[in-house]
Amino acid sequence: MAALWQNETFQVAFWALVKVVIILQVLLGVVSYLIFAERKVMGHIQARTGPNRVGPFGLLQPIADVVKLLFKEEFIPAQANKVVFHIAPILAVFPAIVTFAVIPFGPAPMFLVTDINVGLLLFLAMSSLGVYALTLGGWSSNNKYALLGGLRSSAQMISYELAMGLSTIPVILEASTLSLNGIVGAQMQPLDFYGFSLAFLPNWFLLKPHLFLPFVIFTITMFAETNRTPFDLPEAEGELVAGFHTEYSSMKWALFFLGEYMNILAICSICITLFMGGWDGPGPDAIGLLWFLLKLAAFIFLFIWVRWTFPRFRYDQLMDFGWKVLLPASIANVVIAALVVYWRTHG
Amino acid sequence: MVPYLFLGFAGLLVATALMVVLHRNPITSALFLVLAFVSLAGIYVLLHAEFLGMVQILVYAGAIMVLFLFVIMYLNLQHDVERGVQIAVRRGIGWALGALLLLSGGALLSRGWSLGPVKADSGLEGIGNAAAIGQTLYSRYLFPFEVTSILLLVAMVGAIIIAKGQPAQPDDGTEGE
Repeated sequence: MAALWQNETFQVAFWALVKVVIILQVLLGVVSYLIFAERKVMGHIQARTGPNRVGPFGLLQPIADVVKLLFKEEFIPAQANKVVFHIAPILAVFPAIVTFAVIPFGPAPMFLVTDINVGLLLFLAMSSLGVYALTLGGWSSNNKYALLGGLRSSAQMISYELAMGLSTIPVILEASTLSLNGIVGAQMQPLDFYGFSLAFLPNWFLLKPHLFLPFVIFTITMFAETNRTPFDLPEAEGELVAGFHTEYSSMKWALFFLGEYMNILAICSICITLFMGGWDGPGPDAIGLLWFLLKLAAFIFLFIWVRWTFPRFRYDQLMDFGWKVLLPASIANVVIAALVVYWRTHG
Repeated sequence: MVPYLFLGFAGLLVATALMVVLHRNPITSALFLVLAFVSLAGIYVLLHAEFLGMVQILVYAGAIMVLFLFVIMYLNLQHDVERGVQIAVRRGIGWALGALLLLSGGALLSRGWSLGPVKADSGLEGIGNAAAIGQTLYSRYLFPFEVTSILLLVAMVGAIIIAKGQPAQPDDGTEGE
């Protein structure tokens, strides 16, 4: 046993597993209170109070919700494809959880599960797998509204994935690495503005002129990838009942909900890591986690804010915007960023 | 550790690939193909080609197979309904080609049979490194790379033209008579 503890590979694997378990438990807790926060903020935006009956300030509401969902009867449509119907909710949660394996929450190696050299690609790969949950959930329900929701989601996510992937390329060019830890490291270098040392300012990529537009495009595509308003066409209540999860009930429906919020958390973390300096902030490195969580909270608030103040796009507007505005703009960004980086290193 | 992981991924790859061709329901076949692509990505990662592995998931499992599923669902193909002589001929060709592939694979394997992934002696260390791939792709293999992109561009233009359909015939007023 002692020999096993001395083994370096074993230690790495052991601590990675410990971190995974911690992240998973924290995520479950955070997501339930995220839903509570969303309902509270929504209430105040609509000039009402939001949930306030269960516990002090309604703080026990998420627990009541989960208990209700656990005891709810599960209903499976008679003509549904049973196997796929069961798999789809699992697929909704799994890509988001995998993404958290490469996000640096604080200084490495303590606050990072694993630092692989293709971390950014892992995130893109996982977000491209996320579409299966919606498509398969909609198809296997054998319901026309669910199928339409699923088809819409696949078309929408494919269209916006391209712009999302392309808007990360300027970041890769600037940081010249695909590792998320390396990208944060590149943003912690002191800012050097044409020979003037401006070390008191943060060197976050968001503040660089040629990286600001990619940040805006990435933020817009984030909303589309997580199917949030103004891009929540897959579950447009007015026309599609509840979209792809019309036929789901009980914990399977809860898994879709969980997946949606975990995806929001994951994608916001990625955006913070890519453009807003990750855990970088004033003070010692040890409080990096605090800065990360602060930025994450601010970003989540933006998500909730947008959801309750913007109307939904029409479907043709959504497609036009994705293919005719975001895609050409992000291609132009790649060219501009490449020219800037080339000019700085060779010019 | 690596040989066992390789056996796991390879076994999964073979099993899912078989399910792709043996299953009657096109949607199930497509889903098994996704699983096959993911297992293949696992083998790439074991060979220290992490970049290739991730791109495999991103492009094949994440983009191309979603489009496949989209088409299958849209056309509502439920079961393989084709029967008769034509399908028998096609099946014969399939068997012949499969046997040929199996023979050539066996011949390749018999030279370097080992438990675990077989590595090519390319002498290129860090082949999984994105920078190394970029260097090779844009210097030594620049021409094939450009030809491939032009091929894809042509395919895209062709798809758009097919999707637009025939231009409307000019109305010469003969229809109403």
